[in-house]
Amino acid sequence: MNHATAAKKFVTNYERAHWHDASLWFVRSKRDKATEVIPEWEQLRETASQIKRHTLAHLTDYLEQFTREAESRGVVVHWAVDAKEHNEIVAELLAERGMTRLVKSKSMLTEECHLNDFLTERGVEVIDTDLGERIVQLRRETPSHIVLPAIHLKRQDVGQTFHEYLDAPPGLDSPDELTELARHHLREKLLAAEAGLTGVNFGIAETGGIVICTNEGNADLGTALPKLHIASMGIEKLIPKTEHLSVFLRLLARSATGQPITSYSSHFQGPRPDGELHIILVDNGRTNLMASTEFHRALNCIRCGACLNTCPVYRRSGGHSYHATVAGPIGSVLGPAQDPKQHHSLPFACTLCGSCTDVCPVKIPLHHQLLAFRSQLAEQKLVSAPKRWGMSVASTIMRRPWLFALTGRMARFSLRWLPRFITHSWPNTWAQKRELPDAPKQSFRGWLADRPNDDNRNVDNGKQK
Amino acid sequence: MRVGLFVPCYIDQFYPDVAIATLELLEAQGISPIIPSAPTCCGQPMANTGCVSAAKPLAEQFVAAFADCDYVVCPSGSCTAMIRHHYGNLVGDNAVRERTFELCEFFVDVLKATPMPAAFNYKVGLHQSCHGLRELGLGSPSELRRTTPNKVHNLLADIPGIDFVELSRPDECCGFGGTFAVAEEAVSVMMGCDRLDDHIAAGAEVMVSADMSCLMHLDGLARRQQCRLATMHVAQVLAGRQPRFRTTQLEVTAK
Repeated sequence: MNHATAAKKFVTNYERAHWHDASLWFVRSKRDKATEVIPEWEQLRETASQIKRHTLAHLTDYLEQFTREAESRGVVVHWAVDAKEHNEIVAELLAERGMTRLVKSKSMLTEECHLNDFLTERGVEVIDTDLGERIVQLRRETPSHIVLPAIHLKRQDVGQTFHEYLDAPPGLDSPDELTELARHHLREKLLAAEAGLTGVNFGIAETGGIVICTNEGNADLGTALPKLHIASMGIEKLIPKTEHLSVFLRLLARSATGQPITSYSSHFQGPRPDGELHIILVDNGRTNLMASTEFHRALNCIRCGACLNTCPVYRRSGGHSYHATVAGPIGSVLGPAQDPKQHHSLPFACTLCGSCTDVCPVKIPLHHQLLAFRSQLAEQKLVSAPKRWGMSVASTIMRRPWLFALTGRMARFSLRWLPRFITHSWPNTWAQKRELPDAPKQSFRGWLADRPNDDNRNVDNGKQK
Repeated sequence: MRVGLFVPCYIDQFYPDVAIATLELLEAQGISPIIPSAPTCCGQPMANTGCVSAAKPLAEQFVAAFADCDYVVCPSGSCTAMIRHHYGNLVGDNAVRERTFELCEFFVDVLKATPMPAAFNYKVGLHQSCHGLRELGLGSPSELRRTTPNKVHNLLADIPGIDFVELSRPDECCGFGGTFAVAEEAVSVMMGCDRLDDHIAAGAEVMVSADMSCLMHLDGLARRQQCRLATMHVAQVLAGRQPRFRTTQLEVTAK
């Protein structure tokens, strides 16, 4: 579905759309406060951006180093070229061991690969253990935000969900009670799990270690109890050295939620003595993105969600209006990069305000990328024909000052004399909720031509007329 | 000093007084700008829709028309940003784009002068246009941890009687966004209404901006909703114009 259509539906519930906007603006404001106390904030962003760009420029070397180091610590490293391969590797690891109960901590990569459905179809019980993700999983929805998966829901909605799926008493809406209920439910699932799957926030080439950041500690519990730990990792998650973590850990949580650091930053250096650790390195279109001169910097992304929180369109249209794994500005780059036909409306779900670019902790020029995408989509004729023709007609008119003046005069004349029910009628989308500007009798250039005691200064291509 | 004045298409046709005020400001500084009949448009509507080939001839016209100017002045942050940041891709590297300045920038950075208008005894809400703020750096965006003086605010601040109100979201986008205003009408309207509410709640009587395109959208909404909030371009305020409150009679009926 087109973003504009889905967004309109969301906005129609004006009160709820405002509530959504205010919730996310609150997070953005927390981010501002958390960054104000770091005098070197802008320098930190620049450093992070440079580390990422360096790593991506030498990605092959760092991937080899990472694999070597991880394997030397007893990790089994797998490579998946796409989502299908990734899912098959996970399914096989579980099937080989006869395991059917998997707990997962937050991983946008597995959302991207649609792992849950793949495993469920094969008889595996998959339980998301991040509270927000568990809520949307129970509702058979997708996360509407990469960091706050259930941000589109009010606590009453959560109460209703728990009532429907977890036998909670009806009308439960106190955060304490809801959390307690979720805790017991998840504890049960965690204790019964045979395997734990996590995402990866950072892979360190120098050590072969991985770092996972959570606020709920669910990744720790989900990997401490079962014997098998599978970590799904996009190949762009690498950083060269452990010392670089100091840059990214300071940026990540501040940008995401305005916390100085996530509650848990868990380091995994090889498997537990009695367990197994499998890391799946996933490409799934990332090398294509890397080959693109215009969009490769999107791979800098550390999935903090700051661009979603600040995006005035995202805040008012909700994550599901994007119909993509990742919503918001970064999703509007990643979505069409994966599948331009399906996601062609996303680069246009943007006013080019540039706020996303300015909050991005790794300095992805997001709004410039969205603009660049528009011209690619126009070239592929994925911009609607009326829009393209309209622009070509406009260009033809604007190029000829006499034609521009004539068209302008006709438009102003019509606007002044035609009845309102025509000028403001339904085909004029602008005027549904807005007045048209007043039409002055004279344009500026008309005024200039009539200006008395004046040398007219009307010149053509630099030559005085 | 050879100065060109670029008057964007919609200002030429719908807001001639903004261009006249700009011209008055320049003339008061002893500048008689060159005003070529072409280009009529910088090409931004086409470029922002992805139709690069439709934008290119306009960009070429612009560069040719102003080739021998020392400076080009434009009373629009958005058009200036288009020229400065995107003409490189459209017509190759050229000196014209580096010499093109938004009006406030031109006064602060080039002329280092302040227009001296008469009093403006109103409560003013400054609407920071995104392209002026984030693309041209006319001030410090709230996202960045840096402090650059705000050129639009500082030019206006010298006017006797002017009283700036404090907004809760000082630089959130108004939702105009060119074709976005129509293609994503629902979100665009909601964003615009939210901006109006912020200004009205802060007590603003006049909303002033360096970008008339944002104001075309916001004024359209304000008039439909019969808000007592006038909109003015910064050039008009600097040239000593006074606001026009169009809904006074409606207010009377409301009482």
